[in-house]
Amino acid sequence: MKIIKSIVVLIVAGFLTAFTLKIVDTGYKIGDTIEDFSLMNTDNSMVSLRDYKDAKGFIIIFTCNTCPYSVANEDRILGLDRKYKKRGFPVIAINPNDPIAVPNESFEKMKVRAQEKGFTFPYLLDTGQNVYPKFGATKTPEVYIVTQNDLKVQYIGAIDNSSRDASAVTEKYVENALDALLTGEKIEKTRTRAIGCAIKVQ
Amino acid sequence: MKLKSIFLCVIFLGFISCKKEVAKNEKKEINTSHITVKSYAYEELKPLLEKKDDKIYVINFWATWCAPCVKELPAFEKLNKEYASKNVEVLLVSLDFPKQKEKKLIPFIVRKNLQSKVVLLDDINEDVWIKAIDSSWSGAIPATIIYNKNSRNFYEKSFDYETLEAELQTFLNQ
Repeated sequence: MKIIKSIVVLIVAGFLTAFTLKIVDTGYKIGDTIEDFSLMNTDNSMVSLRDYKDAKGFIIIFTCNTCPYSVANEDRILGLDRKYKKRGFPVIAINPNDPIAVPNESFEKMKVRAQEKGFTFPYLLDTGQNVYPKFGATKTPEVYIVTQNDLKVQYIGAIDNSSRDASAVTEKYVENALDALLTGEKIEKTRTRAIGCAIKVQ
Repeated sequence: MKLKSIFLCVIFLGFISCKKEVAKNEKKEINTSHITVKSYAYEELKPLLEKKDDKIYVINFWATWCAPCVKELPAFEKLNKEYASKNVEVLLVSLDFPKQKEKKLIPFIVRKNLQSKVVLLDDINEDVWIKAIDSSWSGAIPATIIYNKNSRNFYEKSFDYETLEAELQTFLNQ
């Protein structure tokens, strides 16, 4: 009996490990080439990375209307666009949530949010939720910096080291990565983490 | 005469209580002043995540604003109650905004009558402590650790009571 029990425990443990590893392994990693996408912006236009012929790269941010961690970062996202769009790295925001699972994440509500906050960047709906799994995004907000010429992932992670309190930030990961890219230096931290809201699916 | 004043008083009180109806939530908040939630930096929380005694610890990372977290809280509360006598302890680690501890977190604990221990993890440098808590954790919540002195599992997922209990059983059967 005990042996059977241990075997069952081992099998369960094996499954769990496999599951965990699978999560880690899915999605783009640093240096991977991403697939371009075509998603609807809140101004009803379709946006693709290939439209940005003059860009040096992109600050792709998975964010949304309702997650308090996203909301707490909105001003910082606007700040990134303000500072880096003119230097060739515009922000492209993508809402990965399912609007049926969370009605406040609907395309209409996205329009309202973009208007209210005066978004200076495209705010795209991941219709059908086909794009975020390719990136391997698990939460909002989550940033991917991608260079334009090769569509290679250069950075994945948090905006800075204090998502809950902007006034306590002591390390700006995304800005540091962009500054390194713009001066041809090596990015010191290419992968960081922050707390976020799990992406909502049905 | 006396009757009249009593009558007036009753009417007056009636008015006040009617007016107060709207402000019921605020009233509850006042009644919560006896509840305190300790704030921990990661280094202070760490010892609670690696105790070496004979208990099984179920640590849930959550926040009042996280809908899937709030949805699964009753499962953790039930586990805490049903397994308290079997050496199991549940700890709810809130990732609410530190500034909203008094305004949101504590009133929530009172409103939901949470019995499990709640602490607030208040620390910047999430990148450091998320990796330290588990190398596979992306930072999305809800997330849960079940551990005892011999083994430890980490779950970046939501639980219902049955699956949570099944996970706990693998520890109880060890």
